[in-house]
Amino acid sequence: MSEIDTQRRQFLKTSAGAAAIAIAPGMMLYQTAQGDTQAASSTVRWGMLIDTAQCKEGCNDCVSACNKENGLSGKTGATDSQWIRKIEIKDVSSGRALSLPMMCQHCEHPPCVDVCPTQASFKRADGIVLVDRHLCIGCRYCMMACPYKARSFVHETLTDQNPDVPRGKGTVEACSLCVHRIDKGQKPACAEACQNKAILFGDLNDANSDIYKKVRSVASVQIRADLQLNPGVRYQGL
Amino acid sequence: MRLLVSLLLCLCIPQVWAAEANAPKLDVGKGGECVKDTQWMRKNHMHVLKHQRDETVRKGIRVEQDALKNCVECHASTSDNSVTAREDSFCVGCHRYAAVKIDCFECHASKRKQALANKDVK
Repeated sequence: MSEIDTQRRQFLKTSAGAAAIAIAPGMMLYQTAQGDTQAASSTVRWGMLIDTAQCKEGCNDCVSACNKENGLSGKTGATDSQWIRKIEIKDVSSGRALSLPMMCQHCEHPPCVDVCPTQASFKRADGIVLVDRHLCIGCRYCMMACPYKARSFVHETLTDQNPDVPRGKGTVEACSLCVHRIDKGQKPACAEACQNKAILFGDLNDANSDIYKKVRSVASVQIRADLQLNPGVRYQGL
Repeated sequence: MRLLVSLLLCLCIPQVWAAEANAPKLDVGKGGECVKDTQWMRKNHMHVLKHQRDETVRKGIRVEQDALKNCVECHASTSDNSVTAREDSFCVGCHRYAAVKIDCFECHASKRKQALANKDVK
């Protein structure tokens, strides 16, 4: 090895060390500044299991809790936003009637995300399907693509929105699984409000969670499972 | 040369004074300096907000300090709890002066959380 080569190697070693020392405190600072503000993790898959036997006909607690939490008007006209709605279904031949809540099903392969021309519709790492209203141009393709009719368009100018839930005219919106509450470690408003505990919320990937155990022990179905969208919301006793 | 410099100075100094005199008088609310100093924030607040909004909406990283909600908490007027209600409100006053349209508050709340909560009770 020549004299120059050795020097060069030594120089590189020293400068790499110096760079590491220079960068390390910066990384430490970055981590401290972040504090407990972690990014959504892809190891988590948020989901819900809805027990239709516990969901009472005529009860609207989940819907009103959602409206209050997210600042919706609560009206049900063609141009009003509904993030969650109650559906009454009846089997004509047997006469068996059921009542169940319907909202964004937070699909693993969401058609609303596929069709969005601006990438405003997106799926967060933890499986929550959201609209980035900064990018939404209000074209409403996602509303057409959604098999669950889960999305609404804001037609009128809004005022005095909830600071945690910004929403405004000209954009599409839907159940966000109360993402602002989840990020604080709370349950969605509907799950918390349900007196009959018909809505079980949790991490479908966490082997210790109630929802993980229940999904594996009782029969439950996904609505329109034939579309193979793998929704995060499952229904028991449908 | 010396004459030229002094002439330039004479011309520039009144300009600086004039700019300060014309600057909008803002109702800064509680105010304070939680992110960076005032001059830096005047120039760069939009970049901080834009970066924060993408991190928060798309990745779920919620840095309280950089959140628009947090800006409103301190900078909303102490009299009407808003950053947009009046001509001299914190956001509106300066944006009008700079002739930059501000559309954050078409979706985001422009009032303190407490003020909105009290309104619900009434």
